[in-house]
Amino acid sequence: MEFSEYIKTANVEDVVLRQPLHPPGRGTLCITGHHLLFSDREEGSCRQVLLLLRNIDAIEKSVENLLTCSGLFSNAGLSQRLSGSSGTITIKCKDLRVLQLDIPGMEECLNIARSIETLSCLDSMSELYPFFYRPSNASLWDQWGLLSLERHYSQMKELHDRWRLSTVNRDFSVCPSYPQAVIVPKSTDDDMLEKVAKFRQGGRFPVLCYYHKKNGMVIMRSSQPLTGANRKRCREDEQLLQAVIDGSDKGYIIDTRSSQQALQARMTGGGLESKSCYSSWKRLQRQMERGKALQESLIKLVEACRDESNNMDRWLSKLENSKWLSHVQTALSTAGLLAECVERDGHSVLVHGSEGTDSTLLISTLAQLIMDPSCRTLEGFLTLLEREWVQAGHPFQQRCAHSAHSHARLQQESPVFLLLLDCVWQLWRQFPLALGFSEALLLRLATEAYASDYGTFLGNNQQERCTLGVKENTHCLFQALLRPRERDCYSNPLYEHTELAIWPSVHPQSLQLWRGFFLRWTPQTHHLEEAQEEIRNMVIEWGKLALSSCPAST
Amino acid sequence: MEHIRTPKVENVRLLDRSSGQRKASIGTLYLSATHTIFVENNPETRKESWVLHSMVSSVERTPTIPAGSQVILRCKDFRVFQILVPQERDCLDVHTSLVRLSRPEKYSELYCLSFNPNVNKEERQESWSFMDLTADYKRMGLPNNLWVSTAANSEYRVCETYPSELYVPKSATPPIIVGSARFRSRGRFPALSYFHQDTLAAVCRCSQPLSGFSGRCQEDEAMLQALMRANPGSDYIYVVDTRPKLNAMANRAAGKGYENEDHYTNIKLHFIGIENIHVMRSSQQKVIDVGEMRFPSMTDFLYGLENSGWLKHIKAILDAGLFIARAVADEGVSVLVHCSDGWDRTAQACSVASILLDPYYRTIRGLMVLIERDWVSFGHKFSHRYGHLDGDPKEVSPVIDQFVECVWQLSEQFPCAFEFNERFLVAIHTHIYSCQYGTFLGNCQKERRDMRLGERTHSVWPELWKERAQYTNPLYRAEQSQSQGVLRPNTTPYCFKMWKGLYNHAEKSTPPRQSPADFLSTVREESQQLEEELANQQEVPPGGTPHHHLGFRQEDSSPDRGANHVGGGSEEED
Repeated sequence: MEFSEYIKTANVEDVVLRQPLHPPGRGTLCITGHHLLFSDREEGSCRQVLLLLRNIDAIEKSVENLLTCSGLFSNAGLSQRLSGSSGTITIKCKDLRVLQLDIPGMEECLNIARSIETLSCLDSMSELYPFFYRPSNASLWDQWGLLSLERHYSQMKELHDRWRLSTVNRDFSVCPSYPQAVIVPKSTDDDMLEKVAKFRQGGRFPVLCYYHKKNGMVIMRSSQPLTGANRKRCREDEQLLQAVIDGSDKGYIIDTRSSQQALQARMTGGGLESKSCYSSWKRLQRQMERGKALQESLIKLVEACRDESNNMDRWLSKLENSKWLSHVQTALSTAGLLAECVERDGHSVLVHGSEGTDSTLLISTLAQLIMDPSCRTLEGFLTLLEREWVQAGHPFQQRCAHSAHSHARLQQESPVFLLLLDCVWQLWRQFPLALGFSEALLLRLATEAYASDYGTFLGNNQQERCTLGVKENTHCLFQALLRPRERDCYSNPLYEHTELAIWPSVHPQSLQLWRGFFLRWTPQTHHLEEAQEEIRNMVIEWGKLALSSCPAST
Repeated sequence: MEHIRTPKVENVRLLDRSSGQRKASIGTLYLSATHTIFVENNPETRKESWVLHSMVSSVERTPTIPAGSQVILRCKDFRVFQILVPQERDCLDVHTSLVRLSRPEKYSELYCLSFNPNVNKEERQESWSFMDLTADYKRMGLPNNLWVSTAANSEYRVCETYPSELYVPKSATPPIIVGSARFRSRGRFPALSYFHQDTLAAVCRCSQPLSGFSGRCQEDEAMLQALMRANPGSDYIYVVDTRPKLNAMANRAAGKGYENEDHYTNIKLHFIGIENIHVMRSSQQKVIDVGEMRFPSMTDFLYGLENSGWLKHIKAILDAGLFIARAVADEGVSVLVHCSDGWDRTAQACSVASILLDPYYRTIRGLMVLIERDWVSFGHKFSHRYGHLDGDPKEVSPVIDQFVECVWQLSEQFPCAFEFNERFLVAIHTHIYSCQYGTFLGNCQKERRDMRLGERTHSVWPELWKERAQYTNPLYRAEQSQSQGVLRPNTTPYCFKMWKGLYNHAEKSTPPRQSPADFLSTVREESQQLEEELANQQEVPPGGTPHHHLGFRQEDSSPDRGANHVGGGSEEED
């Protein structure tokens, strides 16, 4: 493998590993093209730690003379090399774990550090681990993905009257970030769609993302219209949206930018739907933070969680200053607004910001969770994520290249997906019985989005995935999460189906720091996990008793 | 009765935001000697709201608007009622009456002295014997050859505010006790709060010494020596002064202060820095204001929370308890705790330490015992602190609120470690203020005895005990690791949060309101029932098996879990 050229030292003995929640261990460190493997050599334990290099966000290394350093095991005097030097590598992971490796030998330490730095951010996607991951319990022939849009459409019989499946994007030429098939109003033909695509940024013309069965209203999403400074119009775009309303009096456009931002966007060729051209649509501007600001917010929050000054005022002010919870509040309240328009007011809504690949997806997903019980099961939720994030072209590769620790200059990174998971967690906490999945699932997804054995979050859109042959050459995460054992661990034992909408409270007191994620590697979280375990056991025990007390029913 | 100007007003609008009400309901307002009662006009519901006068902390009248005049009742349990009265005259009457009724001047006006539940004399007496502190000392293994019960304070001769039954080191003779008491503020000499059987170390409490800059007292020094010698495992004791060091030093100018380490051999002085009651009072007011903000932004909220300083104070108290618990459990060293008078911060620190040290105090009955011991019996000034009577507002302070909140913060960190739930803590908090029972009346044991409260009122503890089913935490398992031994909480700032359940009634989630605890309690109850049924090998009652109303689970469970069910079931039947 060509990775070997990046690996000068593949094995080091007598390495000490320090990681949260475990006592330090001494053993052998191996580095491969994709992994860091540590095997504990202490007597009586055969612990192994396998870390995906992709999971490493940043490292810090320090080399020092062993003669002056007295490490934990220095009394043992086992391993002091004659070279008389050693080094320490601090590894900061994208899942917020921090590990420390004490490596005897300065050269070895520097070699390992260099290998990690190179191999943890390989540019070529086809060299990433998902293309090499071959678990014994799955085959590449297994089904990939949960539900294609074609099947989604054919199952939704109630759509067929007014909506059609268009394959105008079958070769990704109309919109590179859309999937091959999309659902659009029946009255718009493919020629029209091509014209509309030219009028929307990145070709993301309005498509259907949710149909509310109770009243037939829909959520559409798109990117901003390219009206520009001279207020260009596009008849086809107006007709398409008119067709969405079809007879009802009006619809809403939720623009996830402030009015000012939207107006400014005209200067750079973007813009918004003017009142005069889209007379049946009422525009609501709701500013949501995106891009760099969101990434910086995450960095500040993670930094605050690491602050060990033990000072309450300082913690609260850092928490406030990070603005992360404000972003959670905004996302949930905008999603609530969207759901209210559809469910309570009975109107269709078009959602977009500028590119339509970030905050747009965030609020359309949350609104669906609020309104639609079928999205709240384990399978339903994963299907929703597949449709609204993977197929809809959220650029995972760019957004999740780095997490909170990286000192690298930020480019396209932004924790939008993480913000979604946090918002879903808030829903889960406020409605502990209404969602069919567990916190463990959200945590797993948060890890997988940044570094994964699976191909699901690879690339930025379906087109890239097709080119890379993701479907043919990697395994599907969503399928793996639904296997019986995983299903047990990722389902919510308290789940109780409800047809009702779950309206979240966005009062600051109702929103909390997602400890499970941000404080994941502290012992507290462990006590909370124990409680979840207890709940699971209680419900299982109760189920057993219930069954055994009425054998007739089985 | 003479204070009630108008007993009944019709067509009143009541808005109770605290229970999530958004629209005012119309009805009739009644004023009785003990309650404000509102009865809805709606013939279908006829919903009644009762507010005890002693729960009212303030009555406010807002300027008249065309629809009438408004009275705002703010309660000590942080609920807020807005009452709109059509006629200004009526409103004035209601306001004047409530202002007087909510500020009783004599104990005899309090509800507990007129409250007459349907029990006879014997039952009432029995209700008071429910709580038996001697039994708790016995449970700790006392008296033993190190600690004995002393009669020094029988008839409250040495210290008026102490209980008559107290435990002191065996070597502390009456002259030592009396001498030490003379050297301690208000005679509150060192006495035992908790004895830790595993390490033989003890938590003791007292008030500050009257040392000034150079004063000393042989008996007091001997007393501390005796404390140390009562713990064979250690050759020193910690003296924990829970005040900020600066305050303690300032007290020296007034002839009080703290122990001089030159005079007391083998003590280690440790300052914790819990603020005084005045700081706490204004801090809590700020938290209440934060809870009452209608539509705050996240920034407003977090800024308000930080600015109140409340969580900082809660953390300081928990840190104090944790320091004591660690000294006792990990180092095996006895601790003597005091503040100024030894009835506020000392009570907080000692009782938190007991909760951390002993799993018993994390049970429903145990928490009652703990409050009875460290707060009620040791002379925490309930009537002053919680404004039972109209009096000096500077004496009022949420001291026990903070203890109860510490317990809540702990229960959030260890969800399986406590037998009780949040509801229990809120109920205790309510009754401390309500004056419905005699338990928390007065400022010390002597006062309660002099008022003959045992004959004239009822005890709250058996009432709470009767209701224990609704106060039980379904996740609690006595045998679980989290429930056992010493609790070691993390007190990093991020482990604390605002206690929404107590301070904010305003924001309740709209239906479907979901409580996993209630669900789990049902699950647990049913599991027990089923277990019993299986054990008795009884037939399942025909028609409906008891689990049917929760029966959705069977359709929903995955096939392999279903298989587990069957397997498990057949084992049970064998």
